[in-house]
Amino acid sequence: MAGTAAAGTRRRITPYLLSLPALAYLAVFFVVPLWTLVRTSLSTSTGSVYDPTLEFNWEFANYSDAFSRYDTQIVRSFWYALAATLLALVLAYPLAYVLAFKSGRWKNALLGLVILPFFITFILRTLAWKTIFADDSIVTSFFELLGLTTNGRILSTQWAVIGGLTYNFLPFMILPIYVSIEKIDPRLLEAARDLYAGGTRTFRKVLLPLSLPGVIAGSLLTFIPAAGDFVNAQYLGGVNQAMVGTVIQSQFLVVKDYPMAAALSAVLMIIILVAVLIYTRVLGTEDLV
Amino acid sequence: MSSTDTTLAPAEGQDAIREGFAPTPLLRRLGGFFLNAYAAMVLFYLFLPVAVIVAFSFNDPVGKFNFVWKGFSLDAWRDPFKYPALADALVESLKVAAVATFIAVVLGSLIAIALVRHRFRGSGSIDLFLVIPLTSPEVVLGASLLTLFLDFGWNLGFRTIVLAHVMFQISFVALTVKARLRGFDWSLEDAAMDLGANPTRTFLRVTLPLIVPGIVAAAMLSFALSLDDFIITLFTAGSTLTYPLFVNNAAKTALPPQVNVLATMILVGSLLAIGLGSAWNRWRTRGQVL
Repeated sequence: MAGTAAAGTRRRITPYLLSLPALAYLAVFFVVPLWTLVRTSLSTSTGSVYDPTLEFNWEFANYSDAFSRYDTQIVRSFWYALAATLLALVLAYPLAYVLAFKSGRWKNALLGLVILPFFITFILRTLAWKTIFADDSIVTSFFELLGLTTNGRILSTQWAVIGGLTYNFLPFMILPIYVSIEKIDPRLLEAARDLYAGGTRTFRKVLLPLSLPGVIAGSLLTFIPAAGDFVNAQYLGGVNQAMVGTVIQSQFLVVKDYPMAAALSAVLMIIILVAVLIYTRVLGTEDLV
Repeated sequence: MSSTDTTLAPAEGQDAIREGFAPTPLLRRLGGFFLNAYAAMVLFYLFLPVAVIVAFSFNDPVGKFNFVWKGFSLDAWRDPFKYPALADALVESLKVAAVATFIAVVLGSLIAIALVRHRFRGSGSIDLFLVIPLTSPEVVLGASLLTLFLDFGWNLGFRTIVLAHVMFQISFVALTVKARLRGFDWSLEDAAMDLGANPTRTFLRVTLPLIVPGIVAAAMLSFALSLDDFIITLFTAGSTLTYPLFVNNAAKTALPPQVNVLATMILVGSLLAIGLGSAWNRWRTRGQVL
């Protein structure tokens, strides 16, 4: 009996022992850094640019400075991220539907095509758009013909940055939507048609609600990295397209004003958390895990 | 890749049922055509930059930058490692990815096994906790790690890059392995124990073979993520150059077509790895009814 009791105890503590290494790791390299980030954001920097020393003294002025100096970039980041998310959704949903229901034996090959860009470095993919959108390229001339460019340029406009963001995070929108549409029994759609629902109504009442978890997950996986991105703004945008990530990056790595940079990072994180909470509450889905 | 294999069978079954319906009206067919054309356009959009990158590895650029097509040339392919700094950066990336992936796969798989195999107090919170790093913007993760390393007074370099990569890889590994382990028949473990195998033997002979495909998939994914990571690496690298960091620097000074050659090699290498992986999986599970 004593043996089984010991075995029972062992069984009970096993999951904790298995979880411990990963949890300890994330505690040290994810949770503690967030704490040091907030601490840094409330410090004052003394010393030179080359050797800044930080003094923690509840310097809340860093936050008001961050807002007043970089409000344009903060607001711009969220508009760009929102536009990119909406564009990605419009592009991804029909493709995900076709992949899930109509691709037949091509399904695996087409899914491979969706993740293909992942195997090329993010920086290089963004640089490729620089070639595609170059001032004298075929694509730019085509858009110019349609009267969609300003002064014959696409690069260094907000649309270049939004287009780049949409492109880079599109697979993150396609895959979750695909997964959730794929789970739907196609006979449900046929049942809706048999019950005289038109195409729009079938979409609104059957397809969309059933694929909503994928839409939510995809939007978050697109919006969050897009809001914090600075690579697309750096390569495809001009001076007037700097995003909040651009500022954080240069304040941390070039200017080395750590408190200001940390305050901006904290602001970005908090705004994203609030946006995510509101979004998931409004749509009423919490089983994203 | 192989998870989609298993879903093909029921989809075909459903097609058979659908064929019993009356033929679709012309309008619906037309709509279907537009839908397919739209999907093809989106795929083209995804594919276009990849094609440009591969094509420009055969470019014969004038000057320091490889942004404008000048003519076909195999020069860069004949000498892909012409620039030692570029080759070094790629080696550095591969080293980081190998070490980080190894650590992350061990830690992530253990926690995934705990979550799938056991119901325990706090497992729900752990599930949620694992997702949070994935939903944090990379710039915040990188910045916060930088403040930590500054606080510790650590020199930035290989070690800090690996530590940072493991951090975001753990969640990916845990979630991937977890998704693969769901729905396995764990009573096989009990059967092994009933037949007299001790826990170690049971783990090695029964549990491990069951979970290996999930772990391999997770390892490939997190290796690719590490190789590709730019933002977090930028904050934690100091003066060390990984392949993406090299490309970023080169984009400002000189971007030779060799960059594209190496990118194409990585692309082809990854596709081969995936192909071999799925072939191996098919061979391993041959004759099994899934």
